[in-house]
Amino acid sequence: MLRRQFVIGTSLAVAAALGLSACGGGEDQEAGSKTLRVTLANHVWTDNIKKALPEFENQTGLKVELTQLGEDQLSDQYNVKLNAGSGDIDVMMYRPLQEGKLFAKNGYLADLTAKTKSNADWAWSDFQAGPVAATTYKDKVVGVPIITEQEVLYYRKDLLQKAGITAPPKTLDELKAAAAKVSAANPGVAGFVARTGKTAAVTQFSSFLYSFGGDFVDANGKATVNSPAAKQAYAFYGGLIKDLGPKNVSTDMGWPEAMAIFTQGKAAFYTEADSLYKNATDPAKSKVADSVGFAPFPAGPAGSKAYNVPSWALGVNAASENQDNAWKFIEWATSKTQTLANQKAGVPGARTSVWADPAGTSTYPKDLADAIAASTPTGVGHDRPLVVKVAAAREIVGQPIVDAITGKDAAASADAANTAFQTFLDSEK
Amino acid sequence: MSASTIESSARPLAPARATPTWSRWANDHRKWLFAAPAMAFVAVLIVFPVAWTVWLSLTDAEGSVRAEHSFIGLGNYLTVLTDTTRFWPAVLRTLEFTGGVLVVEVVLGMAIALLLWRPFRCEKWVRVAILLPLVATPVAVGMMWRLIFDPNIGLANTVLGWFGIGPQPWLAGEQSALPTTMLIDIWQWTPMVVLILLAGLTSLSDEPLEAALIDGAGAWQRFRHIILPLMMPTVIVAILLRGIDALKTFDILYATKGKGGGSFHEVETLNVYAYGLSFDYNEYGISSTVLIIFFLIIVGSMWVLTSRKKEAA
Repeated sequence: MLRRQFVIGTSLAVAAALGLSACGGGEDQEAGSKTLRVTLANHVWTDNIKKALPEFENQTGLKVELTQLGEDQLSDQYNVKLNAGSGDIDVMMYRPLQEGKLFAKNGYLADLTAKTKSNADWAWSDFQAGPVAATTYKDKVVGVPIITEQEVLYYRKDLLQKAGITAPPKTLDELKAAAAKVSAANPGVAGFVARTGKTAAVTQFSSFLYSFGGDFVDANGKATVNSPAAKQAYAFYGGLIKDLGPKNVSTDMGWPEAMAIFTQGKAAFYTEADSLYKNATDPAKSKVADSVGFAPFPAGPAGSKAYNVPSWALGVNAASENQDNAWKFIEWATSKTQTLANQKAGVPGARTSVWADPAGTSTYPKDLADAIAASTPTGVGHDRPLVVKVAAAREIVGQPIVDAITGKDAAASADAANTAFQTFLDSEK
Repeated sequence: MSASTIESSARPLAPARATPTWSRWANDHRKWLFAAPAMAFVAVLIVFPVAWTVWLSLTDAEGSVRAEHSFIGLGNYLTVLTDTTRFWPAVLRTLEFTGGVLVVEVVLGMAIALLLWRPFRCEKWVRVAILLPLVATPVAVGMMWRLIFDPNIGLANTVLGWFGIGPQPWLAGEQSALPTTMLIDIWQWTPMVVLILLAGLTSLSDEPLEAALIDGAGAWQRFRHIILPLMMPTVIVAILLRGIDALKTFDILYATKGKGGGSFHEVETLNVYAYGLSFDYNEYGISSTVLIIFFLIIVGSMWVLTSRKKEAA
């Protein structure tokens, strides 16, 4: 009996000791730690920064622990960790237009206003006004924009030539006519492709909407997705894909799927963000790399109005205990040198100086650089409704797009979407 | 008080110096002490999350769970249960998916198990081949079938083309998406049903079957009146395990159709819906409500099945 009591006592003590020692493991994660935890999205920008990281680590003596995730996984990760108030993310790459307002409202993003003003050489004033507005919440800077995006027209030079078309279309009507002509001349090749997923398509549809003279919301904050212009835009975008798009088109396509159709040589025209151009011109990723051309977004009744937005920014987790070092990383990654290096590698930056510098566009295909330069003055600063719950809003305003693609009554769908969108906007007030 | 007692009361857990008092206490309560780690584990990882979800379902939590939220009673339940645009269609899809795959998987699983029951040549190889889908990761399976079912470049339509059948929309079609995902689920999970039923078949005793054979019973009669009744408890176990799993299916649906179960919510089941509510919309209150209702549905169907199993046994 005694022996058994001893065994019980011993095993309990061992269990307790193990439990205690398990709690003591986190000591090197204290304030001002030398290890910086950086979470980035899968992007060409990230690949470039990763290559340059040793330079930062040597300069500062900090060790960067990098987590790299796809867009959706990144969002989920933030939702879980930031919701829990976890401090194990220091620097975070986020989408100002998608999650910026939500994160700032929830207090997830640290106030960087003072830090942005602390270093004149780094020059906060060099950043473009539009992107800066998108990373500012209630007069506080909460992020530094790193990548900008515009919508441009991707097209196949060889197919156009074969169909006897000498120049890329300048208007949306010309685009439709050219797409019809090319697909008629090349069986098995779609005239046009673009994103078709209800939420994925919203951003690329936005330039169509603006060029027809519409917008998601008017100056008074009222929903306007059933205005005559919006209805025309929905019908045009959906009709283009329904009539001249790939056969049996799925309504789930985001950019990877749409880009794949274009780079497999299965489509003549494609409207997409310029920041993805490497996917089309890199021979390792594209079968049509040497015949891709670029043109400014074709003009609609209201002119050519492509979106021009900051797609990604860097922020600091408000719960991080390593905020000063986190800022050091941001300062380095967004410096003129790094921005220029990244822009040369194909990622459009947010600094005015890199666009003014001829070296900044030297590596771009000439027609792409021209297209970007041509559409910058008329660019619209948002590519989705500017609200807190962007994901929900995108689903509402995206419904008429998929309805138009599948041949349903797009006008009725736009009316229904407008009512739902107005209710949504009212609920956010 | 002896010297050793003083010392050990300062460090009560030091094993070599454990006092008789402590040891006696530990011995008297050992059923609790030994169960304590497991109980703590269950409390932390199961009871707490469920309780927290119940609490959230009674509040208007949104945006961030750390943000202020207030108790609103059963308001969310009223909202959810009267929602005929997303919630009820999702319930119907969940039941359609589960019911559909269960019927096919059990019937097909039984047929395959009967075929594999008696020894034959290359038996091992056939068994391994049949079990292969089971070991593949669901997301990889989803991606693979997504490519096969691609309406333009997929293998499925190419094969149909050889027989002169026109291309089908498969996952891309508003009506055909759910049946297509069911097909994928059947492909992946029928082997598990086979495995369970085969185990049941192998443990059947031969006497009743031999007796029936001597009495001149045909193959169907033997199956219908002898094998099936004897196998009923095993069949119910298979239905129970697969049913709960099928109700909770998420990976295949999300990997093939993405957020919201596609642009028209074609394959949005309760699980996919609840995921979207919390991760896309940040509606934690409503999302928790859906999850609690979902939980009750699963517990309810489990209860019905286990009581049937008792009857069958």
